[in-house]
Amino acid sequence: MRTLVFLLQKEFRQIFRNKGILRLIIAMPIIQLIVMPLAADYEVKNVNISVVDHDHSAYSRRLTDKIMASGYFKLNDYSHSFDQSFVEFQKDRSDLILEIPNHFEKDLVSQNSGSLFLAANAINGTKASVGSAYLSRIIANFNSEIRLEWIAPARAGELPVIEVTSLNWYNPFLNYPFFMVPGILVVLVTMVGAYMCALNIVKEKEVGTIEQINVTPVKKYHFILGKLIPFWVIGLFVFSVGLLGVGRLIYGIVPAGSLWLIYAFLAVYLIAVLGIGLLISTYSATQQQAMSLAFFCMMIFILISGLFTPVDSMPAWAKVVANFNPVTHFIQVMRMVVLKGSGFGDIKHQFMIVSAMAVFFNAWAIFNYKKTT
Amino acid sequence: MDDVVLHNLTKTYRKGAAAAVKDVSFSVRKGELFGLIGPDGAGKTSIFRMLTTLLLPDGGSATVNGFDVVSDYKRIRKEVGYMPGKFSLYQDLTVEENLRFFATVFGTTVEANYDLIRDIYVQIEPFKTRRAGKLSGGMKQKLALCCALIHRPTVLFLDEPTTGVDTVSRKEFWDMLKRLKAQGITILVSTPYMDEASLCERIALIQDGRILSIDTPDAIINEYPKPLYAIKASLMSRLLKDLKAMPETESCYSFGEYHHLTFHREEEDSITGLKKHLEEKNYEDIAIKPITPGIEDCFIRLMHAKT
Repeated sequence: MRTLVFLLQKEFRQIFRNKGILRLIIAMPIIQLIVMPLAADYEVKNVNISVVDHDHSAYSRRLTDKIMASGYFKLNDYSHSFDQSFVEFQKDRSDLILEIPNHFEKDLVSQNSGSLFLAANAINGTKASVGSAYLSRIIANFNSEIRLEWIAPARAGELPVIEVTSLNWYNPFLNYPFFMVPGILVVLVTMVGAYMCALNIVKEKEVGTIEQINVTPVKKYHFILGKLIPFWVIGLFVFSVGLLGVGRLIYGIVPAGSLWLIYAFLAVYLIAVLGIGLLISTYSATQQQAMSLAFFCMMIFILISGLFTPVDSMPAWAKVVANFNPVTHFIQVMRMVVLKGSGFGDIKHQFMIVSAMAVFFNAWAIFNYKKTT
Repeated sequence: MDDVVLHNLTKTYRKGAAAAVKDVSFSVRKGELFGLIGPDGAGKTSIFRMLTTLLLPDGGSATVNGFDVVSDYKRIRKEVGYMPGKFSLYQDLTVEENLRFFATVFGTTVEANYDLIRDIYVQIEPFKTRRAGKLSGGMKQKLALCCALIHRPTVLFLDEPTTGVDTVSRKEFWDMLKRLKAQGITILVSTPYMDEASLCERIALIQDGRILSIDTPDAIINEYPKPLYAIKASLMSRLLKDLKAMPETESCYSFGEYHHLTFHREEEDSITGLKKHLEEKNYEDIAIKPITPGIEDCFIRLMHAKT
């Protein structure tokens, strides 16, 4: 016990003496939380559109106005030939081409149907699919609008019209930061835990100090606890700065659920993440190796975690990976507790999985640590 | 009872493909200053790491203070001091913090064992608030020695303590070792410098993982079987070639500003014959003198005898 106290004292002294790391611990969560949610926004805006109008009718102009009025589109050019617009398309200045054929209005009125041509630049898949979906909806809207106009107002009431009104539960204004900040916070804590813990231990290996420690009566578990506890505390600190500082003051995010529950989960989660860091350190001899290995793991953890794309829409194998990814579970828990106000009963499943991971990763790391030294 | 005993100790790397230490056996007596002397890559560090329980041997056995290095490693760690060849203290902690830290992890205090390190520590005390990483080479080495001594070990392992240290500091360091020896501490030291061999009580010459010879430095020198001559003349590199080409020459190698030479068979006129031979070859300023062999001459001879 006494040995552990001295080890911790030494560890904190070294961390506080490393001004670079200290600045990073404080500045990193603040900057990332301010910058990332603003950039990582799913809403597709500024879709550049080229309108090729062969009709030049009142309807074609009205449709164009309606598209522009939606706010999602930017009119790149308004031309008379598809070829001319296609050049814009090829130069990547335009994402969508809407071609309004000759006699569009005439056909619509006389034959009760008209056709439009829509081409999407699928290099940016999201922009193409979301943009054309928006556009299709606007056109459908336009269609029902003019149809209603044709019918005499008296009979309009008789026509069956389904009106859909949607309500966004838990995040009524679809405020993206509300959704992203809890997730990014998880990634931040994971990075601090895994990276810093792994690098710190590998540094002792690289400099050779671990040799000097190994010839002392310091026990393995003393040494490991001496490494895990400081980063566990730092993890809690970084998380608090992010949630109670940036989250509350800048984004106005007040967790709907219990703070205690979040912190209880965080405490277990950090043990799992530190276990991963420890594991990485046992497999690397230099800081460069540890850095590369940690980076590789983090890439998978972040991309297959449901932070940016929902896990439900991933292929089966990716879902399996996501299930073994601690980040997935904490992001779920954060969103549930912060946005929805879930209680312990709702997150019991995640709690159990992450607890199991904490035991698994640490046991593996300790087993491997013994084998290598 | 010998403090350190090695019995056919063997270590191989790369799954047995490369042998670093081959069947090494020797023992170090209590209170002895024992030197392990050999060039880089001879296996000195591997032996030290096995004795300090940092590396598991692949064959043979070794005991330190009567404890087996494999089964009783915990006891050994409490009782020995180890100073690795590479500076391995915390560079971001100060001199004083390092010393205190290593005292506490051994469950003791700096004050309790201050008498042991006083002579050395007073030299670095003016810099006690300086970070270890910012010390000069000689200072680092003194601090490392203090940290290795702070728990009053019975056996001290020093792996190449004088490598990369200037001549004055090296001399000081050996003086410190002599004072520690006087306190009854058994010291096992390794060095690639042959000239330091004479400062040890007994030495083991090691090459390619094998022990060439173990004895006191004087005994090893006395065992040198033949008279040795130092030869100097103009055009030293041509001289070496010519000397080696002579049928009478047994061995000849350059050694500082001289070439060292032994004959196959020592005749009364060997020297005069040699001188004449060299004069015939138009060498100038010829100097030939018999010399006492040094440890390095013994080492070279033993090395050639083995291969």
